[in-house]
Amino acid sequence: MTTSTSVEKNTFTSTLKKIWDLIKQVPPVYPVFFLLFIVVSFLSPTYSSMTGIMAFLRRTAPLGILAIGQMVVLATGGYDLSIGSIVTLVCLVSSLLLADDPANTYPTIGLMLALGAGIGLTNGILVSFLKIPSFIATLGMLLIVRGAALYWVGGAPKGYFTDNFRMWGRGYLENVPIVGRFPIGMIILFVVGIISWFAFHRTNFGKQILAVGDNMRAAKLSGVKVKLIRTSAFVISAVFAVIGGVMIGGYGGVNVVIGQGLEMSAIAGCVIGGVLLGGGKGNVLSVIFGAYTLEILFSMLNLLGLPKPYKDTFQGLIIIAAVAYVALSRRRRR
Amino acid sequence: MTTTSASERNIKSFLRTIRIPPVYYFLIVIFLVGGLLDLFMAGGQIFGNPKILVNILVRSVALGIVAVGQTFVIIGASIDLSVVYVISLTAVMSSYIMQGDPKNVPLAILMVVLMGAVVGLVNGLIITKLKVNSFITTLGTSLVLSGIINSTFSNWAGSVPRSYEFFGYATIGPIPISVFVLFLVVLTGSFILSRTKFGSALYGVGGNEEVARLSGLRTDRVLIIAHIFCSITAVLSGLFIVSRLRAGAPWVGPDGYYDLESIATTVVGGTLLAGGKGGVWGTLAGVLIFSILDTTFNQLGVNPYLTIVLRGLIIVLAVASYTIRSKQEAA
Repeated sequence: MTTSTSVEKNTFTSTLKKIWDLIKQVPPVYPVFFLLFIVVSFLSPTYSSMTGIMAFLRRTAPLGILAIGQMVVLATGGYDLSIGSIVTLVCLVSSLLLADDPANTYPTIGLMLALGAGIGLTNGILVSFLKIPSFIATLGMLLIVRGAALYWVGGAPKGYFTDNFRMWGRGYLENVPIVGRFPIGMIILFVVGIISWFAFHRTNFGKQILAVGDNMRAAKLSGVKVKLIRTSAFVISAVFAVIGGVMIGGYGGVNVVIGQGLEMSAIAGCVIGGVLLGGGKGNVLSVIFGAYTLEILFSMLNLLGLPKPYKDTFQGLIIIAAVAYVALSRRRRR
Repeated sequence: MTTTSASERNIKSFLRTIRIPPVYYFLIVIFLVGGLLDLFMAGGQIFGNPKILVNILVRSVALGIVAVGQTFVIIGASIDLSVVYVISLTAVMSSYIMQGDPKNVPLAILMVVLMGAVVGLVNGLIITKLKVNSFITTLGTSLVLSGIINSTFSNWAGSVPRSYEFFGYATIGPIPISVFVLFLVVLTGSFILSRTKFGSALYGVGGNEEVARLSGLRTDRVLIIAHIFCSITAVLSGLFIVSRLRAGAPWVGPDGYYDLESIATTVVGGTLLAGGKGGVWGTLAGVLIFSILDTTFNQLGVNPYLTIVLRGLIIVLAVASYTIRSKQEAA
């Protein structure tokens, strides 16, 4: 009798322990995001309505894409500080090239994607062939791209975006079942996210990226083409920055400082999503939720009526806390 | 005969002991090219007018002082992005406390130095005790500081008394006092790095932290002190800026891009971003290069946006010239 109850107890506690272990494996970004989301929907009924949620998804989609691109570079052990400038370049130069003619939209977007790939390729060459630390190489590129964009348009935005350009960041698909209207930006994030998830988690390419970030020498010795992998990471990040830039421009319109600081927000989103600076770790879905967490935090502070400066303070505290949590839990495990 | 060879040997050994960083050749080339371009295309003020030379030095003071501190943390394989907001906070705090009254100057200076020490201490503690990457830590603390500044001040705050303006404007002979201060800071930095136990410990920590710890160094304490030193140099830069501007405003730090520029000048000066190697004399040359570029572009009337591009190019090219021969992959 007594033995059977103790056995029962044991199985009960062991299943509890198993469940707890499973819960522990869930990256903290998900519970944190949903907690914040619940708080926000209590603060403002808009966030518990479908329209509110869809508006939130529309606003945050570009940062999600930038964060995925940044994650690929961070996972190889580098930084990409040039993406904010790429967003500025896309917005300023497209507004000039569009010249208020909808027929110019797709050639312009194509040109921007090519330009982005070129910038990423240059970053990759600077880092892997000239051996410049990526922090410095992409910092130089930040200055070069920002200066070139301002020089190209003469220091101030010229012209407006056409409607079919704005659509990508601003538009909705109407009459979608259940949700009503679905943001087009979210579809782009979906497509980019699924492709990246597949490439990053299900192919050799993704494994090689993580291998390079984990231990570059070991990766090289086991036959990974380190230079090629790193260069393609920078190309991916720059091209994603162009995609994000088109959406940010479409959503927010043209201005000279539109991309400033986005590289830091993207890095912050990655870090909240559990990416290690220094490389070797990364998860596409967590990073998207990292970007969401950052944005929902801003929404919450807005709803609480705090002035904009406090946003910075809380953003600073949360990224330190996120990284400290990861660092301390890793140390405990050892 | 023997005397000449002896003196030759002396010169050689002297050159070897002071070890001029290679960036100085770069500095000379930039100076000559800039000066010659100016001579042929814009009236030759750089070579001809000593005031322009002095101006190049004064331009270097604010960035130069904080870059010395940045060099310390980078040698320790860390990084400090929070210096911009320490500079801003120093500027607004000191001018707000001074309120144009000379009696308040000592109090203001004491308060901002304390503030700098606290920021450096917090940075150092988070990096060493919570094991948070230094890039993220100082990005975080700079966001926190920016929030504090921008929610407290939104415009010019207070003013400095006339007597305090001597830091920014007074001269000894033709040379401004601030230039002497810059050289004093560089000399102090160089002395600490090359002649003290802390200096060699810092190189050890930056080169390989694990080895440094195993050989008995208190690596955490070394890094924390380096961060406090860096924040205090940022305070000194802020004190200089506020004396030039006669009042402090929240945007003086971010507008000068002191975070990224101090890192760029340090690395252009030959300090390894990965830590363990470098020095403040190289950083001084890096800062001077930037000032000469600015002056030359000014003289030639180069489009201001193009100067941003050229700055980026020079950073990349200068650093590439050190790293291109390296066998290791860059981080």
